[in-house]
Amino acid sequence: MRPDRGVEDLLREYAPQALGALVRRYGQFDACEDAVQEALLAAAMQWPSQGMPDNPRAWLVTVASRRLTDQWRSEDARRRREVSAAALAPTDELVAPAPDDDTGAGRGDDTLTLLFLCCHPALSPASQVALTLRAVGGLTTAQIAHAFLVPETTMAQRISRAKQRIKSTGSSFRMPPAGELGDRLRVVLHVLYLIFNEGYTATSGPDLQRPELTVEAIRLTRAVHRLLPEDGEVAGLLALMLLTDARRPARTRPDGTLIPLAEQDRGLWRAEPIREGIELITHTLPRSMLGPYQLQAAIAAVHAEAPRAEDTDWPQIVALYNLLARVAPNPMVTLNHAVAVAMVRGPEAGLELLASLDRDERVAGHHRLDAVRAHLLEMAGDRDAARALYWVASRRTTSWPEQRYLETRAARLGAQ
Amino acid sequence: MKYMLLIYSNPAMVEALGEDLGKVVSDVDALIAELTETGEWVGGEALADPMNAKSIRVRDGVPVVTDGPFVEAKEYLAGYCLFECETEERAIEIAARWPDASFHAVELRPLMAQAGLEM
Repeated sequence: MRPDRGVEDLLREYAPQALGALVRRYGQFDACEDAVQEALLAAAMQWPSQGMPDNPRAWLVTVASRRLTDQWRSEDARRRREVSAAALAPTDELVAPAPDDDTGAGRGDDTLTLLFLCCHPALSPASQVALTLRAVGGLTTAQIAHAFLVPETTMAQRISRAKQRIKSTGSSFRMPPAGELGDRLRVVLHVLYLIFNEGYTATSGPDLQRPELTVEAIRLTRAVHRLLPEDGEVAGLLALMLLTDARRPARTRPDGTLIPLAEQDRGLWRAEPIREGIELITHTLPRSMLGPYQLQAAIAAVHAEAPRAEDTDWPQIVALYNLLARVAPNPMVTLNHAVAVAMVRGPEAGLELLASLDRDERVAGHHRLDAVRAHLLEMAGDRDAARALYWVASRRTTSWPEQRYLETRAARLGAQ
Repeated sequence: MKYMLLIYSNPAMVEALGEDLGKVVSDVDALIAELTETGEWVGGEALADPMNAKSIRVRDGVPVVTDGPFVEAKEYLAGYCLFECETEERAIEIAARWPDASFHAVELRPLMAQAGLEM
């Protein structure tokens, strides 16, 4: 049975709070996380039919505590059968205390502490993403597996291994020391960005079983922004997500094929997230230390402000890419920079910038370099070279929708 | 990124292995167990010998079934596995540990993703 949207959203809000309360009480992040998952499942089954408890968070903490102590008792019993009982601690001290023994002060901090734990640098990005979605996002393993198109057993293994890894690093449920906070926050933001991207680039139609990862990423980033309102990059990432996600209804046709930015029906862009994103980045830019998320959000805002593609303020975009290239040089940034330069100073200037990438191992031979070069050659009127490169790019990509797009571009330039 | 590992074989090689075949099987089992443990294993199967293959061609709407593989060759596809890993380097590392890579060849192919970014 699938609980209705309202209950599910509520459960996700409570998930990190309940987990935080449990971990602070018992330690053992690993076992607590399993217990909270079970409590969430129980709630998803019971609440819609039996009604919401008066204090949903306390309900979850109580049920999860009970699961935890049940589990410990049965482990104790098993051990007692196997070894002599002499060395065992009395089980009485494992009995769950009253659910309301903590006031819930610092609930927000729990979310942040949990995020830092799940995005531990000892984990691979895939594990950080999976664990964050489960422990902080409150998604089930099945939902996460579905979102990443892998079998549930594979995802379950990734999550359990990630938890073991955290245990082995000896990390405790505490905020990282002040000296590490900046670096650790950057990892958290990257994980949230990966979750968003996974959802945004998905082109399959709406799937009830597939959680909306963009919505989830925005929700979590919003929570971090609420806790760290002064951090420019957190605000920048939230603005970038809002402005990018606003374009989602316009980026694909019903059959899943991609529509480039210049050809999108801007009437389909969502007005509210655009308004919020622009307001957020406009407020943030003059007040914080410049960072890559803020600059990307600013670029997205300039696009969002143009009623038609031909109204785009390209000189402003070039100026922002110049800054971005200085703050966070990256070949993928150079590709977009080259397109912007071509829009202001002509395709030759863009092609010149691209030439600097030919010896860059990170991107030489990448289909995006071929695709952008093909686009600029097309702008320059060299149809044959453009068509040939579109074909090369279409063969190189490992993305099905990108391949279809590139084939269409090549075919549009006529037969070989 | 998800990868498919195509495992190629030929009858002469299998015969030449003789009693070492048991070791190959246990090496494969150990590797699968390890990849399952790391959360990289997605799935995979061994294929029956090509002598069990049928090729199907539909011409003018009529299916024509012939016994045997589509391509007659000494080498044949003996099985496949799917795994997901963080980098191509890691995928190559896994491929190189597949026993067949040591006495024959395996082929690593990235899977096409349903996801894509507009340009």
